Amino acid sequence: MKIFRTHALVCSGAQCLSAGGNNFKDALSAEINSAGLQDEVQIVETGCMGSCEMGPMMVVYPEGTVYIKLVPSDAAEIVKEHFLKGRPVKRLMWNASGKEFPTLSEIPFFAKQTKLVLRNCGIINPENIEEYIANDGYLALGKVLTSMKPQEVVDEIKKSGLRGRGGAGFLTGLKWGYVASQQSGDKYVICNADEGDPGAYMDRSVLESDPHTLLEGMIIAGYAVGAIKGYIYVRAEYPLAVKRVALALKHARAFGLLGSNILNSGFSFDIAIRMGAGAFVCGEETALINSIEGKRGEPRKKPPYPSTAGLFDKPTLINNVETFANVPVIIHKGAQFFKKIGTATSPGTKVFSLAGKVNTTGLIEVPLGITLREIVFDIGGGIPEGHSFKGALIGGPSGGVVPAEHLDIAIDYESLDSIGTIMGSGGLIIMDETSCMVDIAKFFLKFTVEESCGKCTPCREGTPQMLKILQRITSGEGMPGDIENLERTGRIISRTSLCGLGQSASNPVLSTIRFFKNEYESHINEKKCPSSVCDMKPKAMENKNGKKIRVRKIA
Amino acid sequence: MEKIKSLEDLKNLRDKAKETLRTRSGDVKVTIFASMGTVGIAAGAREVLKMIISELEKRNFSDVEIIEGGSLGLDVEEPVLTIERAGTKITYGKVTPEMAKQIVIQHVINGQPIGEYVIARSKK
Amino acid sequence: MEKKSVLERLHETQDKEKEKNYISEQKASELLKENSDSLSHIYGVATFYTMLSVKPRGRYIIRICRNLACHLENADSVAEELKNLLGIGFGETTTDGKFTLEESSCLGMCSVAPAMMINDEPYGNLTPEKVKDIIESLKAGSKK
Repeated sequence: MKIFRTHALVCSGAQCLSAGGNNFKDALSAEINSAGLQDEVQIVETGCMGSCEMGPMMVVYPEGTVYIKLVPSDAAEIVKEHFLKGRPVKRLMWNASGKEFPTLSEIPFFAKQTKLVLRNCGIINPENIEEYIANDGYLALGKVLTSMKPQEVVDEIKKSGLRGRGGAGFLTGLKWGYVASQQSGDKYVICNADEGDPGAYMDRSVLESDPHTLLEGMIIAGYAVGAIKGYIYVRAEYPLAVKRVALALKHARAFGLLGSNILNSGFSFDIAIRMGAGAFVCGEETALINSIEGKRGEPRKKPPYPSTAGLFDKPTLINNVETFANVPVIIHKGAQFFKKIGTATSPGTKVFSLAGKVNTTGLIEVPLGITLREIVFDIGGGIPEGHSFKGALIGGPSGGVVPAEHLDIAIDYESLDSIGTIMGSGGLIIMDETSCMVDIAKFFLKFTVEESCGKCTPCREGTPQMLKILQRITSGEGMPGDIENLERTGRIISRTSLCGLGQSASNPVLSTIRFFKNEYESHINEKKCPSSVCDMKPKAMENKNGKKIRVRKIA
Repeated sequence: MEKIKSLEDLKNLRDKAKETLRTRSGDVKVTIFASMGTVGIAAGAREVLKMIISELEKRNFSDVEIIEGGSLGLDVEEPVLTIERAGTKITYGKVTPEMAKQIVIQHVINGQPIGEYVIARSKK
Repeated sequence: MEKKSVLERLHETQDKEKEKNYISEQKASELLKENSDSLSHIYGVATFYTMLSVKPRGRYIIRICRNLACHLENADSVAEELKNLLGIGFGETTTDGKFTLEESSCLGMCSVAPAMMINDEPYGNLTPEKVKDIIESLKAGSKK
């Protein structure tokens, strides 16, 4: 048997033939013969290779070089360069192997991220529990149930310094300790997945892309505080998340990781899903509890806090999705590992949804303590279309704005607090100079007015008053004293509202006044919107009779 | 499914599942991971997936596993598509049904990534 | 097995009403029989939540996102196009009972803003033209 140095597989599928494959083959054969290579190169006619649009095509072995869209005149070059000199003809090749592409971690969007919570998102199949297990899933649960006492779990979380990722940043271990210390047979664990902050969708991504990490975190929490049952409260706007979590629950039960006598440890715990129905206020923990009980989602007076009397008046632990998703990592890798990431008082990472006027929008997970500049310019790739950074809205309707002069602020709980805003749940909306800050403040306030549940007066009656003033200002009817009025009303609402929604409702207004007072002033004094966003009423015109015509636009 | 009774069982299952994933290329040649979170679907991932399935059927190529997965977070590039073939994963961005068709033909079936659509690669 | 809450039962009732997507007075009174609550309590819950309705709505509930990110990406023009196409305003239902137009405070699809959902299906990167295609195809009844 003859041994050929090179095999040239020429496609002779119908499509390639009709595109001229035969002519090419004949030309190639002639060139091989005239170069005297007929004993070294064998032409093999193959069946369709499937890439008919690229035909006529040829694959040359042993290298596996693929040539496409060949015409007879290419034959000479291929024989001369490739078969004789061993230099594949680049211009005819398919741009081959993936080696020249950057890896995911090399592209700027991912380079500065640290993925703990989102470690599996977009990598594993969320509908297959075995893929989660293959990535060390449920090992933390196994460790807890076989070798740790509940108190040791609480202590480990305390040691990690993890703070609640829902917004306020309360120490998670402390909260777990309160619930664990309650003497009651029936305790509950609730996951707040009612992610309603405009501009925030971190939790949905975890629910959709890696639901088991949430379940594992909740089961561990259930063991640590001594609960019998968990609830995941998801907003109804997330149907896909509900579907994937429901499937994950089913699989976890089938694998014996949820339900009675988990891993033969004697510990039993189950989880159910409860759906919201479109009410922002249900993200507030006591309103959420009412909603799980099937009632109107109105907040309760605190105290008593949920840790002593929560769901069905039993001690209840409430954390949000991201907080629970951190738990398996902390247990599996240890509190010490976790504390090495982030800052001393804000350890770990935070997930943000990066949106607005930034080149690369998306979901990011960064070590706490990273600067805003790094997020916007390194990860986010800067501001599009040659515009400049004006401010970042952080914390949604409860947060505030970080202006350009604070671009180098470290993103951690204390630093953000020092400039009058909050970490929030993770909404991060970037503004360029085309955005009007008064308009933004009005936007958030309108949101709060619509979403106020109406139970307490300061929030129900106070926020519409502030909105009225803002509407006046943005339609050119602002009056001296409006700014002071906004500040005063805002402070009263903050101090006297029943729940967190009302207490933080005026933050966007107070924060924009703090950093962009001049914009408010030009709206009020010069009747001008510096960013030309607000629909300022045109100046009153005089008609022939000398009467002023008022043109009023509806806001 | 038999319930897992101990940490040992869990670890064994983990190792087995790891091995299955590692050698996934053993029984299926190509894995297509479509980013099918809400954002992906909103950006058109469903149409992309439909095209992929119809192209695979048309070409009678069944050596493939399709996963409706979650999001990498790189939303600006949605719909995102990751093809795993011969131990290398290649991630494509802003995939249209027309691009998906080309990706099936060139990359999935013939192993030639289409450079101009690629965001990045990653190892298994 | 714990008893289902009023909110859960309201969800179920409305989900079954595929054509009109609402909780009728008759169904509400049926709920009253299985719960000891008063009818006013049931209505109190049903009307608290924006995604529940005690008025008949369309086969397709279109929820357009009015969040800031969508606002910055010109969601207004998409909203206007929807109103024109359907000939209704927010909170209204077309006379053929097919479409109801609603607003949502945020659908969490900021990175593909402007966005909307039609029943459970998300749509992003919308333009007036795209919206037109989607509505036309639903009108023609080509997809669910």
